[in-house]
Amino acid sequence: MSNATSAHSVVEPSATTKRIAGIIVVLYAIVTMVPLAWIFMTSFKSPPDSISYPPKLVFTPTLEGYCNLFTTRTRQTPEYIQSLGPPQSTCDEITRSRNMVIAGPSNYWPRFTNSMVIAFGSTFLAVFLGTLAAYGFSRFRVPLADDLLFFILSTRMMPPIAVAIPIYLMYRELGLSDTALGMILLYTAVNVSLAVWLLKGFIDEIPREYEEAAMIDGYTRLQAFRKVVLPQATTGIAATAIFCLIFAWNEYAFAVLLTSGSAQTAPPFIPTIIGEGGMDWPAVAAGTTIFLVPILVFTILLRKQLLRGITFGAVRK
Amino acid sequence: MSVINSDTTILEKEPERAATSRPASLARRIGGLSDRAIAWLFITPTIALLLAINIFPLIWAVRLSFTNYRANRPNAVVESVGLQNYQRVLTDSDIWIAMQTTAHFVFWTIVLQTLIGFSLAYLIDRKFRGHAFWTTVILIPMMLSPAVVGNFWRFLYQPQIGLFNYIVSYVTGVPPSSFEMLGSVSLAPWSIIIVDTWMWTPYVMLICLAGLRSIPDYIYEAAEVDRASAWRQFWSITIPMALPFIMLAVLFRGIENFKMFDMVMLLTGGGPGSTTEVASITLKREAFESWRTGRASAFAIILFVAVFGLANIYVKALNRVKQR
Repeated sequence: MSNATSAHSVVEPSATTKRIAGIIVVLYAIVTMVPLAWIFMTSFKSPPDSISYPPKLVFTPTLEGYCNLFTTRTRQTPEYIQSLGPPQSTCDEITRSRNMVIAGPSNYWPRFTNSMVIAFGSTFLAVFLGTLAAYGFSRFRVPLADDLLFFILSTRMMPPIAVAIPIYLMYRELGLSDTALGMILLYTAVNVSLAVWLLKGFIDEIPREYEEAAMIDGYTRLQAFRKVVLPQATTGIAATAIFCLIFAWNEYAFAVLLTSGSAQTAPPFIPTIIGEGGMDWPAVAAGTTIFLVPILVFTILLRKQLLRGITFGAVRK
Repeated sequence: MSVINSDTTILEKEPERAATSRPASLARRIGGLSDRAIAWLFITPTIALLLAINIFPLIWAVRLSFTNYRANRPNAVVESVGLQNYQRVLTDSDIWIAMQTTAHFVFWTIVLQTLIGFSLAYLIDRKFRGHAFWTTVILIPMMLSPAVVGNFWRFLYQPQIGLFNYIVSYVTGVPPSSFEMLGSVSLAPWSIIIVDTWMWTPYVMLICLAGLRSIPDYIYEAAEVDRASAWRQFWSITIPMALPFIMLAVLFRGIENFKMFDMVMLLTGGGPGSTTEVASITLKREAFESWRTGRASAFAIILFVAVFGLANIYVKALNRVKQR
């Protein structure tokens, strides 16, 4: 075997090796995507199709799951439904075919909006604070810098439930329970550690000669930071922001313990979606699909920076 | 780094070569702040936020851990109970069972994720056509919300209608309603291990891939000149050189799974009985269902010390990898 490979470059695998490796990896990728594909398909099934045995691969797609996700419905007599005018929308029609009428909007959209407000708010703050701190650690000799950086990282390692007990009491005292502001502050604190570590890595890579040249040209340190360092760090800041967004978007433990109503985010809400007589799986699947789509987009955007993000900037390739 | 420079605490890391040729006033004109002021101005807000949201509550939790405080009775008299809470936690058999459950979960997820993750990374590193695209596809599960993942796997694990049971029965011929992944005492611990492995193998894979790519080609070329077999090269070059990266992945997964809450909470809720009740779920029950806040705080502090110890090792490992 070694003879066959030594014919050409030793570090370049043979065509057969490549083909076999490729087949195994592609198979793994396909198997790993099955659960996601299944959830996506379920979101377009009718409730009876979603719980049929054997599981249905071929079915008539319907928007019922999405309709049920966004509305609350009440059961009515067929006579009452007959007496109504023509259906106002597709959802109206689907609902009536199940002998129900739409009673109003569900809580999904407000929860989804909460998720967006809290995720974007905390991301903005974390990246803002993180950029400043990262620049400070990158460019100046700060006393006990390594200890401070370790302290910053260690706050992210805390078990969320352990942190949640005193936060719960503190927020109750301060009136921050179940408020978007409370959640934004909390997620900012969790994310700022990642932001500092990641951004310090990105800023370390910008040669300090750039700022020095600008300062010789008469810029103050702050001007040099704003006009030289920040533009150079744009990619790093964007990647960091996406990582913070994903964390805040996905977070469940704090959200379920500290929010219950007006500030509740989507992750604690989605599992509570139930239909008449058991889980409404198409609606749950629809809620899951809508919730996961932004993450898929971000993953594709981030694919080159992922490694850095998940290792707090330690591994760069 | 804990050695502080004697006279000045904050100054530029490198003496600027241009400094001599530049008037000193120039750097500080137009109200320009001194470097020392800027450093503090930039770092303090972050430290202050972390002190307020992380450290202050932690100190509060330490205080509570010595009392019999119950958060659902804010007006009751709070008494100091000394070390009783810690003593109770450390001798509570339920908590030790939860720790065993956690250890089982952490051990098997790490074993499976490392084996599968490293193998995948090794195969991807064969650089077949389209490997970049398929790598991105494989990475998707680890970006998702663990809670939402736990919730939809609950659907896949349904005994009659679930896809998981159907596929298992299709492959093995076992009737799909004859086993319940989430309802049976013997299978439930494996159901959470399967989901965690599905979700986090990509993480280990990505870090291992970076490790494999960090090995310079010339080492393999030299081994080839020495007529080392492929097997020998794998064990004497590939594994040792990739090891710091594998360790990094293992440590990180260890810490994360030690704190595991959301995915398991949504998938099994700790059940059936308490067969999948990992430490964080026990803690949540103590704190927010039994409302024994004092005792839960003691447990939280113990968990925190454990994670902190692991984190310490983790940061050292990070720095070692960084130096390569």
